[in-house]
Formats: sequence, C-alpha cells, structure tokens
Amino acid sequence: MSQAVRAKPYLNPYLAGTLLGIVLFLAFFITGSGLGASGGLNRLLVYVQNEVNPQHIDQVAYLLKMAGGNSNPLDSWIVFLTVGTIFGGLISGILGRRMKFETNKGPQISNPTRWLMAFAGGALMGYGARLARGCTSGQALSGGAVLSVGSWAFMFAVFAGAYALAYFFRKAWN
Amino acid sequence: MANFPLPLADLLGHWGSYGVYAIIGIAFGMTLESAGFGNSKLLAAQFYFKDMRVFKVMFTAIIVAMTLIFLSSSLGLLDYNLIWVPPTYLWPGIVGGLIMGVGFIVGGFCPGTSLVGLATGKIDAFVFVLGVLFGIYMFGETVSSFATFFDSSNMGRFTLPELFNASYGVVVISIVVAALVLFVLAEKVEAMVNDKPQQRLPGWLKPAAGGLVALAAVVLIIGQPSNEDRWQAIAAESEAKLEGRAVQISSGEFIKYRDDSKIKIIPLDVREERYYNQFHLRGAVHVPLDQVQAKARELQFEPANTIFVTISNDEAAATEAWKILKAESVPNIYILEGGINAWLKTYAGDSISDEQRVYNRQEDQMAYKFNAATGSRHPAAAPSPHLLDLKYEPKVILELKRAPTSGGCG
Repeated sequence: MSQAVRAKPYLNPYLAGTLLGIVLFLAFFITGSGLGASGGLNRLLVYVQNEVNPQHIDQVAYLLKMAGGNSNPLDSWIVFLTVGTIFGGLISGILGRRMKFETNKGPQISNPTRWLMAFAGGALMGYGARLARGCTSGQALSGGAVLSVGSWAFMFAVFAGAYALAYFFRKAWN
Repeated sequence: MANFPLPLADLLGHWGSYGVYAIIGIAFGMTLESAGFGNSKLLAAQFYFKDMRVFKVMFTAIIVAMTLIFLSSSLGLLDYNLIWVPPTYLWPGIVGGLIMGVGFIVGGFCPGTSLVGLATGKIDAFVFVLGVLFGIYMFGETVSSFATFFDSSNMGRFTLPELFNASYGVVVISIVVAALVLFVLAEKVEAMVNDKPQQRLPGWLKPAAGGLVALAAVVLIIGQPSNEDRWQAIAAESEAKLEGRAVQISSGEFIKYRDDSKIKIIPLDVREERYYNQFHLRGAVHVPLDQVQAKARELQFEPANTIFVTISNDEAAATEAWKILKAESVPNIYILEGGINAWLKTYAGDSISDEQRVYNRQEDQMAYKFNAATGSRHPAAAPSPHLLDLKYEPKVILELKRAPTSGGCG
C-alpha cells in the first residue's frame, strides 16, 4: 500500500523534452506564436495596479500600452496561457502524486533563508525578463526553436550568469 | 498556407480563441511539471553538473520543435514569415539574460517553472512568484530611466541562418547534431560528478535521435520554399484578384488614406532610380524591383493599420512587386492604378508642356520627362485632396494582421 501513495518519478528528461517540443511546435503551428510565462504574470500585475491606482498607469508609458484608458490588461492570450500553465502543473502534480507543501533547498540553509533567496532571485528574474523582452520560455525556448539570434544570445547569457555565480551559492543547494 | 496561423478568433470568437491558449498552457504546465521543473533543487542541480535535466529537457524541446517547424515550412503547411520570431535587441537581451541567470541560481526557478512549482504546493515557488511580480513592478517603474539602452541594438527579426549566411536546413541539422553530441557529453559529466557508472538510457532513445536527424535531413534536402514556390501556392487566387482589378487602387483612394490619420500608407516606388529622382510621390520609399523581396521582412513589422502601395510608371513593375510581396505574406498590399503616368496626367496634366511628353514610349516607361531631378518637390507629388472631385470605387479591405505581434512575453 505504501507504494501506492509514493510520488511517481519524474519523466525521463529526453521524453519530457520531446513532449515539451511537441507542445511548443503545436503552439506555433496553431497560433503562430510560441509559449511564455512572464508576459502573463506581467499582465496580472498590471491588472492589480490598474485597480489600485489607475492614474499611475496612465502616467507610465510602459504600463499604458497594456492598461491605458479602457483596455483590460487581462484581455490577452498570454494571460490564458499562464493560467493554463498553472492548471497543467496542478493536474500533472495530482496525477504524479507530487502535491506537497514543502520548501525545496539544500540541507545547510533554513527555510526563511531559502524564502528570502527565492524572493530575491524572483525579483532578479522578473526584472531581467522584462529587460530581455522574455523569459526562459518565451525567449530561450520559443525564440530558440525559431532560430532568433537574440534568443540564442539570451540563452547563453542565462546559463553564463547562473554558472558564473553557482560556486558562491553552493551552500544553498548542496 | 492561406490558413496559417489558424484564424482562431473567427472560428471560436474572441474569448473562445483564448480557450485554445488555455489548453496549450495546460499541456505546457503538465510537461514542465512531469519533467521535474516544479522542484527548485532539481533545477539548481544543473549548475553543479549533478543533474543536467534543465539542459536536456530544454534542448530536446528546442530541437524537436525546431525540426517540426521547419519541416512543416518545407512542406508548405506553415508560413515561417508569419511565425513570431522574437526580435533581436542584442545587448538588452544579453544583460537581461545575465541578470536572469543570477536570479536562477539565487532563486532556483525561472518564471515558467515557478508556476508549476506553485501549483504543486512548493512554498519557495510561491515566494519566488511574488519576487517575480516585484521585479516586473520595479522594471515598469525604472525603465524610463534607461529607455535608450532598452531600445538599443535592435536588429529586428534576425535569424541564425541570416547571421551565418547558411540555409535554414544546414542550421537546423547542425543544431540537432550539436545538441545530440552535447547530450552524450552531459551523460558522461553527470556520471563523473556523481561518481557513479553512467545511467542506462532507455532503448527508444537512439532510434528517436536517429529519426530526428533523418527529419532534419529532410528539411535540408527539401529546403525552404522560395518566393516562386510561395507564389505558386497562392497564384490562382491572386491572379484572379489582379485580373478582376480588385487590388489596383485609384489615386483618389490613395489620397483618402494618405490623409487618414488612422491609417499609415507606405508607397513603395519600385522604378529605376532615374525615374524616382525625376519625380516621385511625397513619402514614397524607393525599393528597386530586385530589392523588393529583401524588403518584405521589414514591412512585416509595420503596424496592422498599414497599407502598402506598389508604384511603377504604368503597372507592370508594380504588379511584379505586388506578386513578390503577396507571396511573402505581406498584408494589405495594393497597386497604384495606372502608376505614375496616370498620376501625373491627373494632377499635373495642365502644367506639363508638350516638350515634356514622351511619345512612342514602351510599357512602364515614364510618359513625361523632367529636365531636373524634381523628386517630390513637384506640386503633383502631394496634391491636395480638394483639387479635384475624387470619385473612385473603394477597393481597400483592411486585413487584420495575421502574423502575431507579440510572443509569450509581450
């Protein structure tokens, strides 16, 4: 019985990659655009900002594009893609019996330290993703598959940045 | 090819089309989660060479998707010109990428993976998502202080085959082979770092890799459709439009849109330079016929409310240019009816002396000669719409842009 409740192992990475590649291809084939994640989060945020302080939106050109006047920042396919991604993760987590409230980290740091790092890392990710006009999904994965020069340069930069600092954060993960 | 990408909004309605994206999102989330990408420790292991899952999954996905995309394009099932290729802003992309790399090793996720982490109850993923939202917020607040850098090194739609001056097939098969070699290395490195014998790989892996190389070879052999191939695919329908004079717009309609602030009109003058120098419409862009195809890529980036009008002395060269651009899937493209000769006859007829008329001219030669390079300084280059009572049969039907205007991060 204990076998039945144990989490199923993750897929072989090459199989998972093949499936992900097919999903990415279908996204391009059906819609002409690829996948993404940070764009949806961006619009969710702008939506909240617009509810709280619409005047501010109308003063910042970058935000104005998405929510100026009467335009609804949630009226975009990217938002639906993002919400779908969360649900997909949930479905797969349930099917794989991997739903669990936990904090993943190396054994040498405490939970609060890990959370602090997660927030700081997330902030860098969010900032960098807007600067690079895309995240690992939208730029590296989607742009990489359609051979955009900028996406490939971006991808190498992400790996370079992470490898360059990996040594200094080894305690957090090992 | 005419139906690419699928007109989802027409088929399913505005919100219905979003359902398709939600389904794609679900599939995306499921694959990410089952790959193990909801687990930050597993993701970070990539950067200590312990578990190179991130690299393996990402590059497998890229080579599979890339091969299928270019195979579909070779077979005419998909129109690469209408695919969203993230424009290259080289330096903002590299700096943003470096910042994200640091964010990856500090935070343990990237935005997409944090979503599936969040969905499966990972508290660190939840905090990470809050951090992402804060980072995005900070970007919105600060971008105006470095707007110049943010918009710098814009190379537009710029692809690896263009960079290396190689065919798409060569680039596709090279990337597939390079990735497979790197996978073999990754397996060796993992075994070395973990001090364990190399993991046994599933039996289907080698045949699958061979199959992918074979598909990439097919892409290489067939090649990507040429402008001529692309024209053949739409020739019947498009020839009918030309014959029915459905795309030749009169000067009256041209002037109406020229003066309409909601429409951007781009006249493309495809004549030889000497004609262009003698006289051209104000605002006309000079694109000699042999450069029209190269220009198509750039025109794709114009906003959706843009109308392109090809112009020659009569209509022959303009029609050729129209065919080239139509085949390259440039939207809203029309021909100036009667060309420059008809235009001058209408708007400069009175001011032109007999000596300026050219008799016994050939097709698509200029019917008037100017003694100086008048360019667009001639009054007829930008006539007032009130000069003549403009009656015309309206022909422009604005086509909504088929090509996506943003990717998943817009």
